[in-house]
Amino acid sequence: METDRGTADIQTLPTLAVWKFASCDGCQLTLLDCEDELLGLTEQVRIEHFLEMSGAEGPGGGRAELAGRGPYDLSLVEGSITTAEDAERIQHIRRISRRLVTIGACATAGGIQALRNFGDVDEFRAAVYARPDYISTLETSTPVSAHVPVDFELRGCPIDRRQLLEVITAHLAGRKPQIPGHSVCFECKRRGTTCITVAHGTPCLGPVTHAGCGAICPAYGRGCYGCFGPTARPNLRSMIAQLRRDGMSETDILRVFRTFNAASPEYAPVADLAAEEQDTPRAGTENEPERPV
Amino acid sequence: MSHRGTRVLRLDALARVEGEAALHLRVQEDTVTEARLRIYEPPRFFEAFLIGRAHTEPPDITARICGICPVAYQMSACQAIENACGVTVDGPLAELRRLLYCGEWIESHALHIHLLHAPDFLGRADAVELARDQRAAVERGLRIKQTGNAILEQLGGRPIHPVNVRVGGFYRTPAREELRPLAERLRQARDDALETVRWVAAFDFPDATSDHDLLALCDPGRYAIDSGTPTATAPHDRTPTPREFAVPDLEQHVHEEQVPHSTALTAALDGRRYLTGPLARYAINGRWLHPVAAEAARDAGLGDPLAGDVCDNPFRSIVVRAVEVVQAVEEALRIIREYEQPPRPALDVLPRKAVGTGATEAPRGLLYHRYALAEDGTLTAARIIPPTAQNQTAIEADVRRAVQACLNRLGPAADDEELTRLCERAIRNHDPCISCAAHFLDLTVERT
Repeated sequence: METDRGTADIQTLPTLAVWKFASCDGCQLTLLDCEDELLGLTEQVRIEHFLEMSGAEGPGGGRAELAGRGPYDLSLVEGSITTAEDAERIQHIRRISRRLVTIGACATAGGIQALRNFGDVDEFRAAVYARPDYISTLETSTPVSAHVPVDFELRGCPIDRRQLLEVITAHLAGRKPQIPGHSVCFECKRRGTTCITVAHGTPCLGPVTHAGCGAICPAYGRGCYGCFGPTARPNLRSMIAQLRRDGMSETDILRVFRTFNAASPEYAPVADLAAEEQDTPRAGTENEPERPV
Repeated sequence: MSHRGTRVLRLDALARVEGEAALHLRVQEDTVTEARLRIYEPPRFFEAFLIGRAHTEPPDITARICGICPVAYQMSACQAIENACGVTVDGPLAELRRLLYCGEWIESHALHIHLLHAPDFLGRADAVELARDQRAAVERGLRIKQTGNAILEQLGGRPIHPVNVRVGGFYRTPAREELRPLAERLRQARDDALETVRWVAAFDFPDATSDHDLLALCDPGRYAIDSGTPTATAPHDRTPTPREFAVPDLEQHVHEEQVPHSTALTAALDGRRYLTGPLARYAINGRWLHPVAAEAARDAGLGDPLAGDVCDNPFRSIVVRAVEVVQAVEEALRIIREYEQPPRPALDVLPRKAVGTGATEAPRGLLYHRYALAEDGTLTAARIIPPTAQNQTAIEADVRRAVQACLNRLGPAADDEELTRLCERAIRNHDPCISCAAHFLDLTVERT
């Protein structure tokens, strides 16, 4: 039947789309960082929409196809929702995607731009722009799951290349991605890294941080700073006590949780707890050094 | 105004660039009347939420402005804070930083050359299509890119948002022998990079000449990457003494303004349109290229950089990038060869009430940071000027010029499709980093 078998094969491949919202492009770039696997991958899936890599989709080079046509078998979504237009666009993308997977801290937890959720966005606008009245943006930065149902969330700021390949492969095989929900501590043990908290008293968020990075920071002599976001059920009370024992000030504790996954529901109580501590009047602390170390 | 003779070309989604942007082009009869790069990336307010953070935090936080050049952000941020605190990082620590930066140049340039830009010259939609008939070239590009990433992984822990960089130096420095495997890969990458220079030099380049002023760091004796004095020149102005100013004075010369009709801040250098990035760097630093890179440049038809020849055809920027990959590979090899592990991974950087500035050469051009610190190190002000915001006006001028040249040749009959493709190419020449440009941009879209 088929006259051109090559073309027929390409046409029957599952389709992949990659979308960007408010973000740094790092998680999309992770796909292009799969140097050894990239060309092989394109023989397994047809990349239909991926603006960072291709303008191929649609008649006219996809120029009028900003929102995509679909349907796509798998959509990878990077970035958080921060504008009214994007809140509409994600609805459209959900409609044209069979499975929708968020990639990275922005799409999964609102990203660093969710720091606006804790402040007054008007003040931010005024601080950055000479003419804040030209700026149109939402008051909050929210994860994709706050807007549409999500099939799977891949954590990390940025995501891990191996985990991304696992998500795509699992999709191709029609199974659930095997992304364990345990903490960075497990990865430290597996890597054979001596616990830097136990050995050196270095403050480390490893116990409450989702695995995936391969426990890089402790291997480089640095405490985990939580860029992969929370584990399934983090024991925050215990963590916060440990961080205090390791010499972190209340301000430092608040800051370390208020970074790349600040708006995740699991971390929010920590921030509130630290914030409460801070609000308690403590006379004469303003000029004290932050931390004895 | 005749509607019959007016057409508007809209490029709603610019592909194969970092970040998201659109182009609005108005053509009246056979004259381009408007070319506007429109950036619709949502603003992310980095400068605003840096305020109130500790002086140790900007390297990690500002890295998140861009996944493609996080090291550039980390290096400019560290430098600005160290400058405020009166600390100079030199010796092996500075060399390691430069090595890390070479990794980013190699990775980012290889990505742009092979995956984003080359398809333009070969009439392919993307690298996947390109790989169908030039698989070896794409694989070579991926191999070079992987070598850049290997440096980032070894020194930084991971290629995107490296974790090992801190104010004052690193959390951990490698022993000499840990870098040896990198040297082996880099020697292979040198052959690949030279092959890439030959590959791109044989592309067909439209005739074009740009006349923007150029701004790059100048670090006499070596090709500027992580340090130097901001130096401005005009491409045809071979004045023996180009204009120079100290990094802390940059904001007296570079003015950004927010204008209602545009979605982006536009920058001017002493009131003039200017360009930063590979063409500017090459014009200002070409005579300090490594001999192997200089020879590759000569063979590629760029003239003699050691004699001060410059490249003013923006379409040939891909050749300059390829030469810069050779340069970064040679520089990385030199650093590894000469490296001795420093006694401590970082210098102490004690906070004080001060203002500090830092500027380095991101792959796409000069990246400037300024921070004001309170006594305890809390940031009270932050200002970041990324390359693409500076280049925006020059990019628009290049688009306008390229389209006009096409109209002059073909008259009003020029096909919309062809003009649009030309616009995309003129923009990609500059490898714009739109997430960087948009960390503070207005997104209001003006439509007529």
